[in-house]
Amino acid sequence: MTRHWRFIPLALFVALVGAMVWRLATPPDTQVASQLTGQRVPVFNLPAAVPGKRGLSSRDLTGGAGPRLVNIFASWCVPCATEAGVLAELKRRGVKIDGIAIRDREEDLQAFLARHGDPFDRIGADDQSEVQIALGSSGVPESFIVDRAGVIRAQHIGPIAAADIPAILTQVEAAR
Amino acid sequence: MIAEAGLAALWLAAGLAAFQLILSLIAFRGRTEAVAAMRPVAVVQGLLTFIAFTALLLVFARTDLSVALVVANSHSAKPFIYKVAAAWGNHEGSMLMWVTILAASGAWMALFSRRAGERTLTAALGAQAALALGFFTFLLVASNPFARVFPAPLDGQGFNPLLQDPGLAFHPPTLYLGYVGLSVAFSLAVGAMLSGEVDSRLARAMRPWVLGAWVLLTIGITAGSYWAYYELGWGGWWFWDPVENASLMPWLAATALLHSLNVLAARGALKAWTMMLAVIAFSMSMVGTFLVRSGILTSVHSFAIDPQRGAFLLALLAIYVGAALTLFAVRAPALREGAPFELISRETGLVINNLILAVILGTVFVGTLYPLLVEAVSGAKLSVGAPYFNLVAGPLTLMLALLVGVGPLLSWRRETRPILKKLLVPALFGATALVTTIILAPHINWLPRLGISVATYLAPAALVPLVGRNPLRIPLPTWGMAIAHFGMAVALAGAAANAAFTVETLAVVKPGERVNVGPWLVQFEQVQPVAGENWVGIEGQLAASRGTGEIRLNPRTHYYWAPPAETNEAAIETFWNGQLYTVIGKPDSGGGWQLRLWWKPFVTLIWTGGLLIGLGGAIALLGRLPLRFRRSRRGANDWRRA
Repeated sequence: MTRHWRFIPLALFVALVGAMVWRLATPPDTQVASQLTGQRVPVFNLPAAVPGKRGLSSRDLTGGAGPRLVNIFASWCVPCATEAGVLAELKRRGVKIDGIAIRDREEDLQAFLARHGDPFDRIGADDQSEVQIALGSSGVPESFIVDRAGVIRAQHIGPIAAADIPAILTQVEAAR
Repeated sequence: MIAEAGLAALWLAAGLAAFQLILSLIAFRGRTEAVAAMRPVAVVQGLLTFIAFTALLLVFARTDLSVALVVANSHSAKPFIYKVAAAWGNHEGSMLMWVTILAASGAWMALFSRRAGERTLTAALGAQAALALGFFTFLLVASNPFARVFPAPLDGQGFNPLLQDPGLAFHPPTLYLGYVGLSVAFSLAVGAMLSGEVDSRLARAMRPWVLGAWVLLTIGITAGSYWAYYELGWGGWWFWDPVENASLMPWLAATALLHSLNVLAARGALKAWTMMLAVIAFSMSMVGTFLVRSGILTSVHSFAIDPQRGAFLLALLAIYVGAALTLFAVRAPALREGAPFELISRETGLVINNLILAVILGTVFVGTLYPLLVEAVSGAKLSVGAPYFNLVAGPLTLMLALLVGVGPLLSWRRETRPILKKLLVPALFGATALVTTIILAPHINWLPRLGISVATYLAPAALVPLVGRNPLRIPLPTWGMAIAHFGMAVALAGAAANAAFTVETLAVVKPGERVNVGPWLVQFEQVQPVAGENWVGIEGQLAASRGTGEIRLNPRTHYYWAPPAETNEAAIETFWNGQLYTVIGKPDSGGGWQLRLWWKPFVTLIWTGGLLIGLGGAIALLGRLPLRFRRSRRGANDWRRA
């Protein structure tokens, strides 16, 4: 031991460099994963938000229809308007999207969809934020990726940006 | 043309660094004619690097928009001083500044540092050249500051108003001078381990460099702390942020080195330990630069993350530190320890000082890198915060402060006099403070309470070495030591008083309402819109009073539009016994405004103490310098004969 103490600083330094090399090779993932991922969606049944389009219930998500992207949005939400183009692009790439409209009015919602596009297969009206809270969402917009069995596989907080498209597509693929 | 001249100077300097390295290898094998050639090579290399840096300053001063770096970091409408400061306020420019200081240190060492043995100096100049060569390569390959853009844009993009602050213009260069000044200690240690001449001559050659670097680090850290305090509007003076820690770690290592060098200079002891510290001190500087520049740790100081540059810097770090530590492992057993000393002696005091500083350094180091290590091993993410650092570093600092009073009174080798008697009065001071705080302020935490007591003891204790001596005959280094130790007491008192007695009030108030904070009654009169050159804002108008008189404070929120940003401009009023610190926040829907008010008793002592520590170091350095020149002339003759 007494003869080997002199190697201790070198050994510690080598370990440190190892950790730093690892960190450079795998850049830090700053996403904080939601505790809700891995859980089944709560049971709910929302009425239709606009005429001519069905409402959304948890059965629509658990019945083997997935993977689906559930987007929580509102016509009064400015970031949702900027997100609409990205959702349209996701739909074009084959992602099935459902919407939950939070505390919205039918005519406002129709105007919003007419102006910013309508990527949604179904839209449920959540007038008291009940389902939003049950899903563990605290704001608009948020998106959940739900697999065939109705298990939430990922939560995206805030608007999906164009730069997030590859990550979202990977998550949808992983949920298949 | 200027940019090309700068780039050419940089290439030439890199070539000379390579040449100097080769020369030192030849010289170290006994070819003395190579020794004579090394000195001019080092000097010209320093000059060329200086020319390159001057070229960079010129293109920034003229806002030459055909240079990519200027486009990215400057703007024609910036105030002139910030145009120049923008030269080092970015990655490439700051690295060029780093290399400039490195090469200038090498030139200075070649010209004046003759105290060390010749073989040591030869090897040290080689080591310095190797350091410079690596960073020249880094600049030229991965971060060319002189790259052109074509076509040149109409104006620059760097008009970030948040970075227009005198603190930010001068805080980095001061720290860099300190960091890189430690490179000479590193090179001298490497040289001495190669030549085997680890002795008191080496310690005397190294000491002014370490002192100078340490003074600059002290001032840089103190200034950075005050800047964060007034600019961020959080009311705190130290956040244990990774980038702050990156500057604290070299300082701790340099502080330990400074003290162990005295043992080596006076007694020829602690050889292996001192060499280790000299290697560690500069290694910490490089680790700090790497951490800051690679973005490897999450920090409030956000710099652009560039994996390629990070990998390059890490490779340099691994080569230099790895080589020095390997050399240490190989050579350490051959270092014969110097004169023996007894248990109660100044040597023992300095060993304990070094041990405590080393443990604090280890604590900060582990705390800073712990999240990285844990994630590497187990994948778990966590964050280490102030509670850990305060809990570990706090008691250690108090222990150190207690012993700082004792150490300077001990004599070398063996102490037989009853020196503790001299500390009777300081000890009484400390005990009185302890009893007083227990009676008058029974509810404060034990750590700040002990801090106040220890500081009250240390302030007179630090001056004991001066007592009973003719002030004119006391050597300057002794003056410096006493002032620096006194500064430590002052800073400790400030930190402890701030921790113990700060009163914070967070309130939502409507115009006309009053709130209390400590002894102050603050009336919120109204808010007014205000506008500046590139911002609009709101200004709160406060009238504060404690008994008599009234002072007015105007905290503001600024909203900048290019780029969009919001800053809190705290209004701070300084008194002899503390600072009143006010920040205005957001309005609520009912016409109220968030106000954050702090009364911080004696908080300014923290930075006063920091500056006193730096001043002490500067005085000690002055005391070492004349001696230095006298000896270096003799050394110069030795050189010529060789």
